[in-house]
Amino acid sequence: MAKKPQLAIDTRPWRDPANNKPFVRIRNVTKKFGDVAAVNDVSLDIYRSELFCLLGGSGSGKSTLLRMLAGFETPTSGTIEIDGQDMTDVAPYNRPVNMMFQSYALFPHMTVEQNVAYGLKRDHLPRAEIAARVSELLTLVKLQDYGKRKPHQLSGGQRQRVALARALAKRPKLLLLDEPLGALDKKLREETQFELVKIQEQLGVTFIVVTHDQEEAMTLATRIGVMNQGEIAMIGEPADIYEFPNSRFVAGFIGSVNMVEGIVTEDEPDHIRIRSGELGCDIYVGHGVDCAPDQLLWWAIRPEKMHLSRERPEVGHDANVTSGVVEEIAYLGDISVYQIALDSGKRIRVSQTNASRGNPDAITWEERVFVTWGDSSGSVLTS
Amino acid sequence: MRRGWFIPIVAALGFSFLYAPIISLVVFSFNENRLVTVWSGFSLKWYGELFSDPQMLGAAWLSLQIAAISASIALVLGTLAAIALVRFRRFRGRTLFSGMVSAPLVMPDVITGLSLLLLFVAMESVLGWPQGRGMLTIVIAHSTFCTAYVCVVVQSRLSDFDRSLEEAAMDLGASPLRTFFDITLPIIAPALVSGWLLGFTLSLDDLVIASFVSGPGSSTLPMVIFSKVRLGVSPDVNALATIIIGIVSLGVLTATIIQLRNRPRSSRA
Repeated sequence: MAKKPQLAIDTRPWRDPANNKPFVRIRNVTKKFGDVAAVNDVSLDIYRSELFCLLGGSGSGKSTLLRMLAGFETPTSGTIEIDGQDMTDVAPYNRPVNMMFQSYALFPHMTVEQNVAYGLKRDHLPRAEIAARVSELLTLVKLQDYGKRKPHQLSGGQRQRVALARALAKRPKLLLLDEPLGALDKKLREETQFELVKIQEQLGVTFIVVTHDQEEAMTLATRIGVMNQGEIAMIGEPADIYEFPNSRFVAGFIGSVNMVEGIVTEDEPDHIRIRSGELGCDIYVGHGVDCAPDQLLWWAIRPEKMHLSRERPEVGHDANVTSGVVEEIAYLGDISVYQIALDSGKRIRVSQTNASRGNPDAITWEERVFVTWGDSSGSVLTS
Repeated sequence: MRRGWFIPIVAALGFSFLYAPIISLVVFSFNENRLVTVWSGFSLKWYGELFSDPQMLGAAWLSLQIAAISASIALVLGTLAAIALVRFRRFRGRTLFSGMVSAPLVMPDVITGLSLLLLFVAMESVLGWPQGRGMLTIVIAHSTFCTAYVCVVVQSRLSDFDRSLEEAAMDLGASPLRTFFDITLPIIAPALVSGWLLGFTLSLDDLVIASFVSGPGSSTLPMVIFSKVRLGVSPDVNALATIIIGIVSLGVLTATIIQLRNRPRSSRA
């Protein structure tokens, strides 16, 4: 894996775990429903003021993990610690944690103000303080004129914001958000994403967000935990997850990817060479990889990291170039995605930026083209 | 255009089939003549006669008391049963319990009445309670079958209840009991009201079961009417029936309005 520069380490405590105490510690948590393990031996550290996204498909166990943090489910085994205190068996109404529900769960028989004030009333705060806090929160979510309305008189986006205000009312140390933007349409979702990040940074509350939408996770998160079948497949910053996936599952789950099988033919400390019949050429990887000669492994590369040309380009090491025929072109405006049929029959996707307008010389259907990539553009995956 | 005629005519026929008897009863309650089938002029005298009949008034008061008490007992028991059935999805004997709760809905009244009578007689000889039969035994009997109706009404409301509402309340710091009174109860309240009204009406209406389990001096209104009619239909029964229809319609109307006012709120929110 390539070396990354270590910048801004003070705002990224997870890069220096020896000197930073995690705020939420999930230790070997397993949750079984009958014989099925919805969450299987998950360990996870989340730091103060993080916006951590749990990303996974349906049935990956992400919601169950969130419900265990909220206290609605008890782990079959393992412990959950929040701010140094063991919370594993604490009832939901005694936790310093609030949750924003996927359905928003606004109380239909109460007004917006009453909804937001509900948690504060349970804490028996003085009436004046409750009123002040409610109006402050409604201002925060830009709903100050909607306090007297009932939830059914609001639009989806407004309800989402009431739910957020209600969850923030008690100034929780940790806010759990279950698919917070799932019910909004695309345009509103994009606007709200940034608003959510802004509020999170403004208040400094630790957010844990569950989502199945990878774009949402990439936009929101400081770090992402990818979940698959009850286990954490990978934890990392969005760029790490996208550029340096640790397994075929993660590479395939986030974004689109070309994946080929190959056999290691050269294994040196500073490079390896992989022979891939599918790709029809050798792959030269410009850094050392933990593998053995003749090992079968996978190599994954993103469509935008490959380059197309009509002439055979100059390449070193007699590798990293193959050729095929353009089969399909999807014009998306900013980029075009080319589907290339290689001589082996394998189809790969290459995307190219449409840098000039209406280029008459652009590569088109049925053309034979060469595909090249850099020494460190792809990821070598052993699992 | 022909279709425009057809539907109203069919509707009129259907409605007259359902409501003509009731309308004729109401009309004839204002008849001046002693013969029920001969119209001889408008009069309120049968209403006057009704209100000066202590037997009728006593029976009516007894029936109202029984209906109110039975409906209230049934409301508590039926709601508890519904919560158990909906919330504790799987427990030992659930199917049996579910079947047993709704059995009174399909059980013929004669059998319910007879079995309750036998039970009360046996209990009296073994335990010495309930002593004799009267209002208490009727209340017990009515509570049992009303519980089944309340349970069905509340169950349907609870099963489309969004559990995350309760979780949200607990998440915000409300204990489970607090959550029940703050969130669950207000949201299922319309079902509780209609369940209570249903129980009230059914109890007020019951003749068969009450006849089995009532004792001397505790004749309910339907029993008094039935015994009077056997001696010949008298116009003051028409007057009484008109009043009952009025009360029942009012109750049903109230229940409907409450349901309608609450429905859009809960389904859209």
